[in-house]
Amino acid sequence: MKSDSSVGVSNVSADLTARITEAIRPPTLWEQVSSFFSASLVVAEVEARKLRHDPWEVITRVIQPILWLTIFGQAVARARLIGGQEDYLTFMAPGILAQSVMFTAIFYGLAIIWERDAGILQKILVLPVPRASFVTGKGLGAGLRALIQGLVIILIALLLRVHFRVNLWTVLTSAVAIVSGAAVFATLSMLLATLLKTRERFMGIGQVLTMPLFFASNAIYPLDLMPGWLQVLARVSPLTYLVELLRNALVHGIAPGAARDWLVLVAWLLVLQVLVSRRYDRVLL
Amino acid sequence: MPLVEVDQLVQRFGDFVAVDRLSFTIEAGEVFALLGPNGAGKTTTIRVLVTLLRPSAGRVRIAGLDVTEHPTRVRRVLGYVPQTLSADGSLTGYENLLVVAKLLRIPRAERERAIADVLALVRLEDAADRLVRTYSGGMVRRLEIAQAILHRPLLLVLDEPTVGLDPTARRTVWDALTALRERDGTTLLVTTHYMEEADLYCDRIAIMNRGRLVALGTAAELRALVGGASTLDEVFTALTGDTLESGGSYSEVRQLRRRLQRFR
Repeated sequence: MKSDSSVGVSNVSADLTARITEAIRPPTLWEQVSSFFSASLVVAEVEARKLRHDPWEVITRVIQPILWLTIFGQAVARARLIGGQEDYLTFMAPGILAQSVMFTAIFYGLAIIWERDAGILQKILVLPVPRASFVTGKGLGAGLRALIQGLVIILIALLLRVHFRVNLWTVLTSAVAIVSGAAVFATLSMLLATLLKTRERFMGIGQVLTMPLFFASNAIYPLDLMPGWLQVLARVSPLTYLVELLRNALVHGIAPGAARDWLVLVAWLLVLQVLVSRRYDRVLL
Repeated sequence: MPLVEVDQLVQRFGDFVAVDRLSFTIEAGEVFALLGPNGAGKTTTIRVLVTLLRPSAGRVRIAGLDVTEHPTRVRRVLGYVPQTLSADGSLTGYENLLVVAKLLRIPRAERERAIADVLALVRLEDAADRLVRTYSGGMVRRLEIAQAILHRPLLLVLDEPTVGLDPTARRTVWDALTALRERDGTTLLVTTHYMEEADLYCDRIAIMNRGRLVALGTAAELRALVGGASTLDEVFTALTGDTLESGGSYSEVRQLRRRLQRFR
């Protein structure tokens, strides 16, 4: 009995030394970079799997944009409240599409608060995975969700006789814009989560935030209708650039769109991603 | 060389001292228990060990690596099961494991095998394709253990692994841990409220109270320390002048109830 166990122990300790040597080896740059990208994709994959288990979420989330198009859109189009727009419904449809992207993504911060409370976040943070990949993966996951939603809204808009120019390039441009836009708003939302830390506070601010983001943009009226100070605000808002990309592609058939719009959107994304990657583990405290 | 070295660890939150000059070591292969009432500093200690919290003072080394200097490398030899039920209820048990296996970059060829192995070890083969929100508390806990051992860590850290479980479920959790030790010889660090679990399953027990180490030894040594004590409960009361109550604070009770709701 005793000799048996001592054999076992010496095997274990030889294995232990080997394992410790492997663990102590510092990771190479290539290992870190490839680990970042693969982990980001896995985090996004989790979102895809959840959507597959519960597709009803996407369906419930397309109801609101449809109401905007059918009720608000039809009424304003009849009344010709907003001058210079021959076909108001077509003008506003990309704005409503962008709005739905924002509304979906802006509550992503709530998800990390919830995951913190549930312990899921702690568990992931303890895995030997670069922490930034969690932030990037969540952004991609929000993009995926928004993309599916966006395609459904485009189809419904076409049924409502919105005059979209649909071809491979305009749809592809819209798809990339939707994913980037969703990632921007999801990351912004995670930044808020790291500052606010509880779901009650987050819900309050989330509601307050979406209103100015939406109305201080070119989503449902052109920028030149706004007073100067509001135009400045709208010029900073990432939503404006998302709307512009979508409107140019789907209404005017311009793909891949203006370099300036892409630059602003990507700059927002990079700055927010770096910011959140550096501080999002503070949501734990 | 001990696998875990905690040396004069101090953790402050503002003016509050949660952990006060705590020192202990854990040898490779040991089952080590941190025992103490709520607020004793057990969870805080664990969070420093698993690299979630930077200590205010003192050093913690795992496999010779300082946890504040080399957190990423320490995480490679570490498995962690947090106190809350942290498996993702909206995915299946298999998917919960698949996600972790992919995050750990276990090569595709070995992935299915590794997942099947841990599923068998925690005896969840038959429930693997069910959504986790349909699992019982004991099943979720075993799934979380499976997630935490996919990369065969040298040290598995479990924070109150059996809290809120009925006696049968508690036994299945310990069965899984015993099976793990038979397979890998994994070193275990557990915190617990339950004296009889510490007595039955743990090699050495550290009793903590108000952030400090009160006593450290085997169950028999602790009993001998307090002459004539027959249970660890009596030892604890004699050493701290306190009883181990498991009622918990308002926020803990709220969290526990929320958790139970989620899995119903």
